[in-house]
Amino acid sequence: MCTTCGCGDPEIVPVELHEKILAGNDRAARHNREHFLEAGVLALNLMGSPGAGKTAVLEATAKAAAAKGWRLGAVSADLATDNDAVRLERAGIPSKAITTGQACHLDAELVHRSLHGFPWQETDVFFIENVGNLVCPAIYDLGQRANVVVLSVTEGEDKPLKYPVMFKVADLVLLTKCDLVPHLDVDLAKVHDAIARVMPRPRVVEVSARTGAGIDRWVAWLEELRRPITRPAVPRPHTHSAGESAHRDGSGGTDHAAAHPHAHEHEHVHEHVHAHGGTAHSHPHAHEHAHGHRHDSAGDVHEHGLGMHAHAGDGERSHDHAHASAARTPAPIRRATGRAPLERKVKRSSGRPAPGKPPARKKAARKPPRARRR
Amino acid sequence: MHEYSLVQALVTRVEEEARRRGALAVHRLSVRVGELAGVDAELFRTAYQTFRAGTICENAPLDVKQVAATWSCPRCDGPIPRGAILRCAACDQPARLDEGSDALMLDGIEMEVP
Repeated sequence: MCTTCGCGDPEIVPVELHEKILAGNDRAARHNREHFLEAGVLALNLMGSPGAGKTAVLEATAKAAAAKGWRLGAVSADLATDNDAVRLERAGIPSKAITTGQACHLDAELVHRSLHGFPWQETDVFFIENVGNLVCPAIYDLGQRANVVVLSVTEGEDKPLKYPVMFKVADLVLLTKCDLVPHLDVDLAKVHDAIARVMPRPRVVEVSARTGAGIDRWVAWLEELRRPITRPAVPRPHTHSAGESAHRDGSGGTDHAAAHPHAHEHEHVHEHVHAHGGTAHSHPHAHEHAHGHRHDSAGDVHEHGLGMHAHAGDGERSHDHAHASAARTPAPIRRATGRAPLERKVKRSSGRPAPGKPPARKKAARKPPRARRR
Repeated sequence: MHEYSLVQALVTRVEEEARRRGALAVHRLSVRVGELAGVDAELFRTAYQTFRAGTICENAPLDVKQVAATWSCPRCDGPIPRGAILRCAACDQPARLDEGSDALMLDGIEMEVP
């Protein structure tokens, strides 16, 4: 209607949008993801309750990763204090604290800002340790390759059922503090059962950061994820100024979704050896990624677990086994063809650091670059 | 309490759309919240009531459509019973989350244009 005198009919226009409320965050996350992919960095979003053992697992990972020649890095978020970052630094993981104030979660923009001034490009595996919270962080994509949910055995067997949103987005559940099981009334089979009711592709690795038990299987899982990631010979420089948020306003080269199509491959399908049944078994799950895999999220982290075929025919009980414990066996031998995938050749020949770039290390604890072992 | 940051994102998006269309007022917002969206609908409404003051949404009621979460088999389309293991017993397939179950969508805006 006319706003001067009120005459005429009101023109109410229904505008159909059907747009994600978090579309802005998703754009920022795509942007982060592109940077991680370009730099050949495996980025992981580590989530879990306060006290679940996120920082402790990373501390324990530091040793195992050093043995592999990986360089780790982390940003660690808490409402206040940089205690976790200090702990990680002490463990030899270059880290940066993100204090979120009152915010109960990280969003992609916060992560992006935290990357400035931090040598994340020089890492092989980059952990984003989220705010301790089993609710809110689940819905914010940060640009990670995969979501890891840390759940401790002291939290109760039905915790996954109470927080289904978090477990729905998990690519891996790290069941921590397993050294305490003998002292608790916890039935691990029940934990696995609960996870299978909220996570369609349940993958669990049982660990103890204190004793180091299971850390090798966790590292093997990381290795599997890292394998298809290619590190460029010369990383493209990242030129944003601090605080810049070009991807917030939707203008100017912000949609990177098409810019880096499918940098990861599924070539690793046949590379692993199943610990339980030799190497000859067929992969009944192969069709699952032959179609419908989502390249824009961590969802295509690929499952070939024992978990899959173990289910055939034996019904529900089969969910009780620790899917990861055997399935995550690292690949000790090369693929049967004896041919390394092209990507790997590229990676090996390119080496690091980039030509002309001195291997500057700010932290004394960091190791000089060296050929990575496999 | 991330409902507040979600409402902030929502109102910012509505303001942007209103500006783009030269809207005089916003009359109604419709959002869809799936059961597995990680959002409490009541808390979302409360956050909206608080946050809309002084924005173009000040007088716009918020319709929240809640969607129950359901899972089904990607092969046979059979539903997975609520609370069951997320795997089709018949096809041995991991379940697929049905559309809308985790939606957090701005479906539409009713706005008054000159």
